[in-house]
Amino acid sequence: MTLNRRRFLGTSAVAVTLGAPMLKAQATPRVVVVGGGAGGATAARQIAQDSEGAIDVTLIEPSRTYYTCFFSNLYIGGFRDMNSIAHDYATLAAEYGINVVHDWATGVDRDAKVVALAGGASVPYDRLILSPGIDFVEGSVPGWDLSAQTRMPHAYKAGTQTALLKAQVEAMPQGGTFVMVAPPNPYRCPPGPYERVSMVAHVLKATNPTAKIIIADPKPGFSKQALFEEGWQKHYSGMIERIGPDFGGENTSVNAADMSVGIDGEVIRADAVNVIPAQKAGLICAAAGLTDGDWAPVVPATMQSRMDENIHILGDATQQGDMPKSGFSANSQAKVAAMAIRGALTGSRVFPARFSNTCWSLIDTNDGVKVGATYEATEEKIAKVAGFVSDTGEAPELRAATYEESIGWYAGITADMFG
Amino acid sequence: MRRLVLAALLAWAPLPGARADQVAVPLGDAEAGAEIFRQCRACHHVGEGAQNRIGPHLNGLFGRPAAGLPDFDYSDSMERAGADGLVWDLEHLHAYIENPRSLVSQTRMVFPGIADATQRSDFLAFLRRYSDDPANIPEAAPTALAVEIVLPPEVLGLEGDAEYGAYLAAECLTCHQADGGNDGIPSITGWPDEDFVVAMHAYRQKLRPHPLMQMMAARLSDEEIAALAAYFGDL
Repeated sequence: MTLNRRRFLGTSAVAVTLGAPMLKAQATPRVVVVGGGAGGATAARQIAQDSEGAIDVTLIEPSRTYYTCFFSNLYIGGFRDMNSIAHDYATLAAEYGINVVHDWATGVDRDAKVVALAGGASVPYDRLILSPGIDFVEGSVPGWDLSAQTRMPHAYKAGTQTALLKAQVEAMPQGGTFVMVAPPNPYRCPPGPYERVSMVAHVLKATNPTAKIIIADPKPGFSKQALFEEGWQKHYSGMIERIGPDFGGENTSVNAADMSVGIDGEVIRADAVNVIPAQKAGLICAAAGLTDGDWAPVVPATMQSRMDENIHILGDATQQGDMPKSGFSANSQAKVAAMAIRGALTGSRVFPARFSNTCWSLIDTNDGVKVGATYEATEEKIAKVAGFVSDTGEAPELRAATYEESIGWYAGITADMFG
Repeated sequence: MRRLVLAALLAWAPLPGARADQVAVPLGDAEAGAEIFRQCRACHHVGEGAQNRIGPHLNGLFGRPAAGLPDFDYSDSMERAGADGLVWDLEHLHAYIENPRSLVSQTRMVFPGIADATQRSDFLAFLRRYSDDPANIPEAAPTALAVEIVLPPEVLGLEGDAEYGAYLAAECLTCHQADGGNDGIPSITGWPDEDFVVAMHAYRQKLRPHPLMQMMAARLSDEEIAALAAYFGDL
């Protein structure tokens, strides 16, 4: 099909009307980004870099040091140290001129177009980007709440939680039991829990080979299942047992006081428990009135909130269609949103949205697998149009190359996020 | 036909600025497909709790190998197709629904087929609802068809449009580093244009084996490859 110029530049036409009052005030348009992860940091950097000073960019992120969730499983497995997944915002501030504010965004006054910060300040915007990641659904695992997170870590936001879980795995007695309570769909990083099990098994195989791993899983199936199960059989035979919904895996409760897990009425005493609860959009989305159910619906071609055209939402928090919740997806969506926002605020050219994602997972040393897809915007959703997945039975050389490739991707995406 | 469908979609955008970039269309009209499925229900069930009847249930059909349900008694012909590697994807389902015996000679499915391609698309769009969701299982079957975009010259600019190249390149830079670093993923900066273009065409034609790069190249036009070559060549 052929897009005519008027239609193609529709976003820029919006900019003219929205831009008019700002021109009157002679002000540089302001973009405020909440959340400095794969979505927010990428968007802030893209806008600051490409607008060359024509847009004033503020990034609000509570942490001074950001630990990527992607590759945090490799830290658990001993393949990365914590330092290697830690990043700061110094380059974004110094080289891209982004105003980096370390504070919590607590709410959005959408009429006044102002973000409220926990520290008391308020930050006005012309366009707002929310990329807050996930929060947990209270009560989704009976017996678990945030007060239990030191005894039974979720480790699904990287940093101290990840370090805690690794320490607990390493402290397990010989022949002990590790239990993962896997999350229901949809959740951040579809292969993540299963890569994590692989990494825990890798540690235990070396130091505690008679230990057991139990996965209580509410889902009938999961991403790369055949690849993971083949790998577990090959590398960790007899160590890992997954209890799916056919055997009561969806009927799981925990007791942090005595470190027990109930699966369909049967109580298991565990030495380390990783509870990954059900998830929802980062709290600010609901606080700003931008959620429908647990997630924030967006317009596929621009990542604008369906509820407020001056707000774009990125990454895990969104309900957008077929893209998995992943750092790669958030990075991809950030580029589309950055282009749309620059088009709206400065009249720069807007090209058709294109999205992609690839998730690499490590099963054991030099045994990497991947799944990837391309996506495009339909009216209704971001829809998958093509994809690929690693095959079972691949040669060791290919698996090693896939792992090497994931290391390259990590270097690439973190440079793309943090400069 | 696809142009008409897309034109219809573009006409009712909910937000200003939201409509310009749609470059994929749904597999078909799933609601219309639900009506078509009525004639199948005597033998096939689909949806929550669906069980095998005279025919196998159709939950999770997309991506299932032929004769892939262990508890269903398939014809020898269907078993053979499965052993030969037939997997139910959109293309093969289209062929099978158009004329079952063209694909599986002695299938037990007594059904003359649906001759009309639009009706088949609608029907398969309906059935696609009952297979895995790519948001949860990224390798699940696609849910839309890419539409080839021909950008008019005034939008694309000249061949090797650097601004367009910069936007397209943003996608490459998630993995390939702008500074030419090459740990695990090759550097693609500073290549002669011709080498870059030839390599991308080889991926697009699947002559080069890497599945990720084949996928990325598959949706690049000649002009887009030229724009990327110009962008990375100068980096």
